Amino acid sequence: MSAGQLPRWVDFGLIPVLNLVAAFLVSGLVVLLIGENPLEAVRILLWGSLGFGEGIGFTLFYATNFIFTGLAVAVAFHAGLFNIGGEGQAYIGGLGVAWACLAFDHYVPWWVTMPFALAGAAIMGAAWAFIPAWLQAKRGSHVVITTIMFNFIAAALMNYLLVNIMVKPGSMQPETRTFEAGGRLPFLNDFMPGIDFGTAPVNLALIIALLASLAVWLIVWRTRLGYEIRAFGANATAAVYAGISPVRVIVVTMLISGGLAGMMAINEIMGSQHRLLLEFVTGYGFVGIAVALMGRAHPVGIVLAAILFGMLYQGGAELSFEKPAITRDMIIVIQGLVILFAGALEHMFRPALVRFFTFSRTPAQQAG
Amino acid sequence: MFETLILIMDSTVRLSTPLLLACLAGLYSERSGVVDIGLEGKMLGAAFGAGAVAFVTGNAWLGLLAGIAVAIALALVHGFASITNRGNQIVSGVAINFLAAGLTALLGQTWFRQGGRTPPLPEGGRFGNIELPFADEVRDIPVLGGIYSELLSGHNILVYVAFLAVPVTWWILFRTRFGLRLRAVGENPAAVDTAGISVVWLRYRAVIACGILTGIAGSYLSIAQSSGFIKDMTAGKGFIALAALIFAKWRPANAMFACLLFGFLDAVAIRLQGQEIPGVGEVPVQFFQALPYILTVILLAGFIGKAIPPKASGIPYLKERT
Amino acid sequence: MSDTPAIELRNISKSFGPVHANRDIDLVVRKGSIHGIVGENGAGKSTLMSILYGFYQADRGDILVDGRKVHIGDSKTAISLGIGMVHQHFMLVDNFTVLENVILGAEGGSLLAGGVSKARQELRHLEEGYGLKVDPDTLIEDLPVGLQQRVEILKALFRGAEILILDEPTGVLTPSEADHLFRILQVLKDEGKTVLLITHKLREIMAVTDTVSVMRRGEMVATRKTSETSMAELAELMVGRSVLLRVDKKPAKPKETVLDVSGLTVTDSRGVQVVKDVSFTVRAGEIVGIAGVSGNGQSELLETLAGIRRATAGTVTIDGETIDLGETPVDPAEMRGKSMGHVPEDRHRMGLVTGFQEYENAILGYHNDPVYSKGFLLDIAKIRDAARSEIEKYDIRPPDCLLKTANFSGGNQQKIVLAREIERDPTVLLVGQPTRGVDIGAIEFIHKRLIEMRDAGKGILLVSVELDEIRGLADRVLVMFDGRIVGERSPETDEGELGLLMAGVHGEDA
Repeated sequence: MSAGQLPRWVDFGLIPVLNLVAAFLVSGLVVLLIGENPLEAVRILLWGSLGFGEGIGFTLFYATNFIFTGLAVAVAFHAGLFNIGGEGQAYIGGLGVAWACLAFDHYVPWWVTMPFALAGAAIMGAAWAFIPAWLQAKRGSHVVITTIMFNFIAAALMNYLLVNIMVKPGSMQPETRTFEAGGRLPFLNDFMPGIDFGTAPVNLALIIALLASLAVWLIVWRTRLGYEIRAFGANATAAVYAGISPVRVIVVTMLISGGLAGMMAINEIMGSQHRLLLEFVTGYGFVGIAVALMGRAHPVGIVLAAILFGMLYQGGAELSFEKPAITRDMIIVIQGLVILFAGALEHMFRPALVRFFTFSRTPAQQAG
Repeated sequence: MFETLILIMDSTVRLSTPLLLACLAGLYSERSGVVDIGLEGKMLGAAFGAGAVAFVTGNAWLGLLAGIAVAIALALVHGFASITNRGNQIVSGVAINFLAAGLTALLGQTWFRQGGRTPPLPEGGRFGNIELPFADEVRDIPVLGGIYSELLSGHNILVYVAFLAVPVTWWILFRTRFGLRLRAVGENPAAVDTAGISVVWLRYRAVIACGILTGIAGSYLSIAQSSGFIKDMTAGKGFIALAALIFAKWRPANAMFACLLFGFLDAVAIRLQGQEIPGVGEVPVQFFQALPYILTVILLAGFIGKAIPPKASGIPYLKERT
Repeated sequence: MSDTPAIELRNISKSFGPVHANRDIDLVVRKGSIHGIVGENGAGKSTLMSILYGFYQADRGDILVDGRKVHIGDSKTAISLGIGMVHQHFMLVDNFTVLENVILGAEGGSLLAGGVSKARQELRHLEEGYGLKVDPDTLIEDLPVGLQQRVEILKALFRGAEILILDEPTGVLTPSEADHLFRILQVLKDEGKTVLLITHKLREIMAVTDTVSVMRRGEMVATRKTSETSMAELAELMVGRSVLLRVDKKPAKPKETVLDVSGLTVTDSRGVQVVKDVSFTVRAGEIVGIAGVSGNGQSELLETLAGIRRATAGTVTIDGETIDLGETPVDPAEMRGKSMGHVPEDRHRMGLVTGFQEYENAILGYHNDPVYSKGFLLDIAKIRDAARSEIEKYDIRPPDCLLKTANFSGGNQQKIVLAREIERDPTVLLVGQPTRGVDIGAIEFIHKRLIEMRDAGKGILLVSVELDEIRGLADRVLVMFDGRIVGERSPETDEGELGLLMAGVHGEDA
């Protein structure tokens, strides 16, 4: 940007905070519009998400989902791609988890099933991202449109599978049979004696998510592949000059992205629901977009943003109990506002901040 | 057989109408260089606005006005983000879609307490069907009579508006000063700027035009095609319209054919549900649900390949230091 | 001729942050004259013209047009004052016709029909009056560059420009097209128009201007009557010290052939042959310069040899190894593997990732070299060390390998690219426009390094649109026109003869 240079802490700390504050101020106005007290709402939200063990548990549980989907969007961002297909990729990832669990749960303990389930989730998620990736790389078909289409196709496909094929024999519910112990991840409650998370299904997948964050950081900033991804995302022409293959970068990036989104399924299916069911993704794929934008596509930011959105979801659930007028759709509104301010309007505060932080330029910035 | 064909074509026209309006809306925006994937959100917002106001006032025209107003408001948000703030246009579109989805459901519940939808519209709140002159008289004439009285006549006014919008759009784009400048700013905004024309104002006008047309599209859904707003009633139509726009290579006449095609597929799908197709058996309903999207992907992959969008598409305009 | 100057600038100042682009500029442009403004890149010429054209507003100072003080807030005002600008990078809509481009912004009404027929008439008028002939219904993208520029001029005249500003107009023209342009400028002058010619080419100033003003580092340092000055004096004023107009070098001692190109043909995406059956060799220890006006296939030639572009036919032999480019699709990594370095023509578009930190750009293209890795991960410390040593060796400023590359000046950015490619010790170095947008101190440095490479026994293929650069550096000059090598000459060859070759006259297939 030819605009002024801002110190790093402003770029990575202050601006995201300002964007968030703006989103919440507008949300507050919406709450007022439907006749409720925004401050009261915030109080309930904070208490519901952090005020007691079970609330914290749910917050962390949702955050786990958002870490996966946020990482997925972020990795694609670095290559200059917009993967809106996390929703569908996570959904199909559920198939991989379910197949592993249904195959093994009678015979082996969970820690044998888990790597298969995780691999299955990642592979299926990646597979669902493959066609849009390949079409973008080879035919120039815009990955935004194709991934949106694939979300809808995934919904139809999973609907068909769950209603007609994978359904528990004798049942009318479109879902598989419940997994035995060999297909269930342990809850954090079970092996973290210090805290009591109540009935919250926060489970081992949280640890996996944090490890995935570390892995993403290493890959993107410390490997040759990551270098190629970032170079391509910043300047595709220079990347070609450097001998980087656009096709390879696009496809590999989307596969990783799809795989990360797919892994979200392990938290829900093997960690909480213990069966495959309809619509378990419920928009978490899209939250990933908000999380990636807020977190500036960096794993640290993403984890923090994921926790924030976890708070929103859990707090929002409590809020809709206490104040039925503020339905859970409010969370979607907040999500939209966060995407708007952290994404599309991210430069809005910049000019004012540049004036505020007059920064000496290097003699390099010569006039034309 | 002919009867069936006419009925399918009739459905096609009705199903294509919202697509066509949204597609032309996107045309104005994208031709000026502003990418818009928020057509869905604007349609949804407009549908809610129209349904709510039509219910309260019992007047479809006021409903239409309200729908357009909502869509313009959302379009201005997109414009503010994309043009004035030079933000990422795709992200802005995604945000608009969420805002519309969340606000329509939230406000719907708050105001009407029916699970996010408006109650059915009263008399006068919905656009009725218009019979073209002599439709009854010519009905029995073979072929032409059927076409006139069943296919062309008997639609509500918004359908006619939609199809009329095609030649009007063509004329605006290619025969007026505004159209020339609009096409120019989508290809080379610097050329427009140095000619002394405001790039920003031009793009805002394009975005407002987009708002007007998506406003009509959304209103059509709730106060013409159906009677009242239902949560998430756009169900992806905004994205199909976007696909049609790309398929049409951003040209008005092609847009009409593309939307008719998608409408036709939708109509055929509804017809074939539950039917046994010889040699294939019964096709699952989910296949028909997925069909428009599958076809869009195939079209994007195969026939279009690298459709060339307006050169400045998606690129925020920054005055370069010469 | 009235004595009121067409344009007068008093004390014009403009800053962008801490950078003073224009500092207390005074300028008087006489009506009906051709007034040149010279200066190096970064002297402030373009900013000054942008102020005149309403693109920017000055911080301080007055502008007088025809003796009246005016405020030029936007391009529209400038146009209404009779100021027309012909930009360096054309402001044309490629898929519009000439006519549509001319009327854009001056349509004469909200419906096009009326304005179009009037415009046709006016264009015919202008053609007769000034000799500016173009077919109004051709698409811009189908016109050669010289004619596209003509459309730019027509646009300005169509709007009634009395004062015409031309910003670096000859960069994309052959010498003969440039002469044609100058003849048009003379006609304009005879008709009473005023012309402001912005250029860094002293030859043009001497050829066509009446008066010349020199800018240096944002200030107006001198104004002279062209007939009373010389290129040497102007050069000295431009730079502030006496300037070596020629590069110091010993005669070349070429040895074995290191690069052999044979029958190279390249077709672009529109099916047009842009490189036609080109063959030449480069030997170790020599610099082969390819001269030509931009757009005659040199860029495509470089890109193909670098492995970025696919060839239709032809072979290339590097260091003894032959590749059939028509058969095997190569890629840049492979060419680098064959010890061929590439300094691309456009460092921003291709040679650097400006968002990367400096050390990350120091390995661009070489990032897969195992020396930069430690197991699965990149050895960041090692990469930074290598970058630091290059910074020192090439005097890159500021000497901070962690700084974002966008924050380096043009000259230093070019040095980053050069350091990267040269330090790899390639056998062959492809170089395109090495000193475009580079300040004169860095130009001297870069030229010296290229000569050094040559003397160390490397083979260099140099492509440049600056004929002086080619003649200064190259040991052999190949002229390219319309995709072919139309002649090989020694660098001492008279510029006129080279110019004719570049324009496709008296060409022989090499």
